[in-house]
Amino acid sequence: MAWLPVVIKACYFLAALLFILGLKRMSSPRTARGGILWAGVGMLVAVIATFALPDMHNRGLILAAVLIGVAAAWWSGRRVAMTAMPQMVALYNGMGGGAAAAIGASELFGYAGSAVTLLDGGQFTASGADTPGTAQLVLAVLGALIGSVSFSGSLIAFAKLQGWLDKRFVFPGQRVVNLLVLAGAVVLGGMIASGQLTMPLIIAFFVLALLFGLLMTLPIGGADMPVVISLYNAFTGLAVAFEGFVLQNEAMIIAGMVVGAAGTLLTQLMAKAMNRSIGNVLFGSFGAAAGAEAQAIGGSQKPIEASDAAVMMAYAERVVIVPGYGMAVAQAQHKVWEFAKLLIERGVKVKFAIHPVAGRMPGHMNVLLAEAGVPYDLIADMDDINPEFPNTDVALVIGANDVVNPLAKTDPSSPIYGMPILDVAAAKQVIVVKRGKGTGFAGIENALFYADNARMLYGDGQAAAGQLVAELKSLET
Amino acid sequence: MIDGFLALYIFMLAAFTGYEIIARVPVILHTPLMSGSNFIHGIVLVGAMIALGHAQTAFEIAIGFLGVLLGAGNAAGGYVVTERMLEMFKSSKPAAGKEAK
Repeated sequence: MAWLPVVIKACYFLAALLFILGLKRMSSPRTARGGILWAGVGMLVAVIATFALPDMHNRGLILAAVLIGVAAAWWSGRRVAMTAMPQMVALYNGMGGGAAAAIGASELFGYAGSAVTLLDGGQFTASGADTPGTAQLVLAVLGALIGSVSFSGSLIAFAKLQGWLDKRFVFPGQRVVNLLVLAGAVVLGGMIASGQLTMPLIIAFFVLALLFGLLMTLPIGGADMPVVISLYNAFTGLAVAFEGFVLQNEAMIIAGMVVGAAGTLLTQLMAKAMNRSIGNVLFGSFGAAAGAEAQAIGGSQKPIEASDAAVMMAYAERVVIVPGYGMAVAQAQHKVWEFAKLLIERGVKVKFAIHPVAGRMPGHMNVLLAEAGVPYDLIADMDDINPEFPNTDVALVIGANDVVNPLAKTDPSSPIYGMPILDVAAAKQVIVVKRGKGTGFAGIENALFYADNARMLYGDGQAAAGQLVAELKSLET
Repeated sequence: MIDGFLALYIFMLAAFTGYEIIARVPVILHTPLMSGSNFIHGIVLVGAMIALGHAQTAFEIAIGFLGVLLGAGNAAGGYVVTERMLEMFKSSKPAAGKEAK
């Protein structure tokens, strides 16, 4: 049976290779689809190899847990709407963090047990090592800590984006409390890592780690959630890498570390797109200072009828459509694309302008437009489209709010001050499709709606787009 | 057996690999890529299986079972969601986009 361990090691190597190649392919639009397939094959190979590991017990239970987990996740992943993607990623990521924490827990409890019954020579790690080395203990604790934070934090992020928790949870002295909880978890972790492997200590450690994840995520506003999810994604990767070292599993070390690094970079890119530092997102309590000293906005919102709006765009030369998350929530992207196609048939030059953080994650809006069938060449990034707004006859804003708010440029007291925005206000006319007079996701008043060249088309995105299509069609005949 | 320093080298090289892969990625792929990397750390499933496979007391088995359940959810969910997103990207390429229904 000497060949079996070699075959299994080779399988893990193949899996690690496929993960890296798959991720590489996923980073280019042309090969992206193949990329996930490669990574999927890698995962399959690794899982089957693990089943074949010698000296594994509870195989029936393992199979049952794998089947239940896969079936539940597959079913939910198939059903979920594209708009709900960010919270789904958060949920699955939380599961990964939880699994990493569970591995850490099982190893630590195993060590705790072995401290008593060391003479039995129980096998607690994959390699069959009896007593853990210091490096293993430290990384087991570290992985468990990071995994637990990622687990509970991701669940809160999921609940917030799902709308189950829409209040920001803030209390005085919160930062101090958070810091104390974290310090407590770190101290307990240090004690465990230095060899004090007792059950109460380990349990207290996990309780504090999970609590910190909750407390850390609760005060963060919904607008910052994408950055947080991405950060937890990187966290889970790190936790997996550390627990991989504890289990002496190369595939876990490599895959986890690659994701840890890639996730960290992705988090930075996202934070940069929102003009926020990661530290600011985590500890800045977004929007806390708003309201008190925000500039008063003069003027009033001026409504417009769908028929007038349709005529205005039908006889325009250039129209830029700025979609936001509100459009996706209303499932209006198909209608909007239909409207855009009618305009194009009339010879109007139509473009879609996408803010880097439109939707709930960078690139989310591109996915949603792609779903509706909008071709790539009509979609423009912020940097490309901003110089074109002064030459644009009509900018149609659908369901976007904070990303077109001129206050980000003019009001230093605004929480979004300094965030790059789509310069919609520079267009000759702006039509804003909006459900009501409320504020946006970040809870900030929008000066654009009061601008002289802005007209408000009130209504649900889907209904408004439908009206525009109907009005446009009636012009043809 | 991987000792501390060898692990450190692997950590370092893997971290550079991850960083370099993502460094030149267009914004449009950020969401699928986040989801894709989320799938890849689903390899945690393998570790959870090993933990459950070596669990002895009922308590350890319960933790291990939970771990495998969560890990399987991470892997399967991450795959399905990423695949669904990337599938749409195919249909919206300039050549194919015009015929999308």
